[in-house]
Amino acid sequence: MLGGGILKGMAVTARNFVGSYFIQERMTTIQYPEERAPLPENYRNFPFLVFDGDDAHAGLRCVACQICEKECPPQCIYIVKSKDKKPDFVGKPQLYPATFDIDISVCMSCQICVEVCPFDAIKMDKVFELSRRERFDALLMQKAELAKSNEYYHQIHPTEATDVDAGLAAAAAAAAAKKKAVASPAPPTPPSNPNPA
Amino acid sequence: MTATLHELHEAPPRAMTSRLEGELLEVSLGPQHPSTHGVFRMNVALDGEIVRKLKPVFGYLHRNHEQIAESTSYLGSMPYTDRLDYFCSMTNNWAYALSVEKLAGIEVPERAEYLRVILAELTRLQNHVSLLGFLLSDMGAWGTPLMYAFREREKILGLLESLSGSRMMCDYMRFGGCRVDAGDDWISHAKKVVADFPRFLGEFEKLILENEIVINRTQEVGKLSAELAINAGLTGPILRASGVNYDLRKIDGYGFYPRFKFRVPLGDHGDCYDRLMMRALEMRESLNILKQAFDQLPGGPIMNPKVKIRAFKPPAGEAYGRIEGPKGELGFYLISDGAATPYRYRVRPPSFINLTVLEDMCLGHTVADVMVILGSIDIVMGEVDR
Repeated sequence: MLGGGILKGMAVTARNFVGSYFIQERMTTIQYPEERAPLPENYRNFPFLVFDGDDAHAGLRCVACQICEKECPPQCIYIVKSKDKKPDFVGKPQLYPATFDIDISVCMSCQICVEVCPFDAIKMDKVFELSRRERFDALLMQKAELAKSNEYYHQIHPTEATDVDAGLAAAAAAAAAKKKAVASPAPPTPPSNPNPA
Repeated sequence: MTATLHELHEAPPRAMTSRLEGELLEVSLGPQHPSTHGVFRMNVALDGEIVRKLKPVFGYLHRNHEQIAESTSYLGSMPYTDRLDYFCSMTNNWAYALSVEKLAGIEVPERAEYLRVILAELTRLQNHVSLLGFLLSDMGAWGTPLMYAFREREKILGLLESLSGSRMMCDYMRFGGCRVDAGDDWISHAKKVVADFPRFLGEFEKLILENEIVINRTQEVGKLSAELAINAGLTGPILRASGVNYDLRKIDGYGFYPRFKFRVPLGDHGDCYDRLMMRALEMRESLNILKQAFDQLPGGPIMNPKVKIRAFKPPAGEAYGRIEGPKGELGFYLISDGAATPYRYRVRPPSFINLTVLEDMCLGHTVADVMVILGSIDIVMGEVDR
């Protein structure tokens, strides 16, 4: 029958239309600013710097080794090393970044900085509402904005953060044991990345 | 211009049937036409409404992908491959990873290969389903079929997001494996999405495949002979719609595809309807592969532990890795001189090469058919312009 195909198609449309009011799986939209779809745990959007404890300066894990700056494909990270040193999590004096900027208009959230970091200092955030009113300076995220606590990291990526903490604790214990074994204070080895993937 | 209204009234009436012979009207379609799938321009010469000449113009989205890749590390190009064909970042990742693995002689663990097959077939599903939606949208069925298609595509994108962290820019595969392991809850969620998919597919086929308007608009439109398709170097569903049995999954047998039972659908007429049908049939076969892959999925590591993330330097040499992407043969040709960056990096994009026969298919058809033909080729400008 001519027009039969069209009628069949219209039956499908009618079923979808009615279903979009009653059947859960056909109701797909949510009212965005008021309602939000839950983000999966693996969701990644923009890197941030992790610090331990309460003080963003004292606990910052980054030692300004500049590996992420070199490996970043779009070259959006800018680091200036400090002149002085501060103790890291095992007590060894290390440099810290005097400046650590990431340009959010260039960053493509590829996670390569996280993968290459040997100190678990940079991790992926879940924020996505990063629009700014200005076009230039506001798009540059400075160290103060980027530094976020380890508790925040546990909040957004619980399983990954637990693995990282276990790896760091093991590295610190190994360093302490080595210190005790050697009479003279030997420099502790930097922790290897426990979760390279 | 100088004729008064009175003179015009006095002029003899123009014969309605006569045509201005030899006068072709040149029209520039695009680059901002909604049906051109991005920034693609066609210079067409029209005789009335019939296309007599067609010259594609591209390069509006050129981002210097190959040159950038030659100045970044091998790993650094991986997120850029996501942006080639932004519908299918997983298959782009796979093709690039495959060619680097060939270049450096890296083994991939079994579980990682299975995950790659699963993700590639999920990508094929979501690419084909959005293609069908866009094709219907090009024909004038605004909104409705496209929204149904996007509803299903969103479920698959949700799977990709919960595994890789991003809906479209997955950046998931690494040389010698995959980045994140799929947990049991992800596998069960994916199984559920795959199990629900045929119901939607049946509904969608009912919506479009018997529709008289779709049949009138697509059958006998944009016919492509098998001979021309082979000579132009076409690959993918568009080649198989012309009846040529060429599927790299069967021919190369990469990534454990020989372990799965599936058929390669072939067209007969090589017109737009066959190409549309081909996508629908391929989705059925993809679902078959997915079911088998979930059943066979082994445990174990997903990453080859010998591969270094930093300072990765493959030995000097060259390699060409290719896979059957949703749009056709996607290949990466790499030459290494032993340094940390490739000496030469070349992409063989399926949609660019499939686009070369556009003029041959469009000649003699109307402007409205050009949009349908272009839609049935399945191009993504990110890949055409690179």
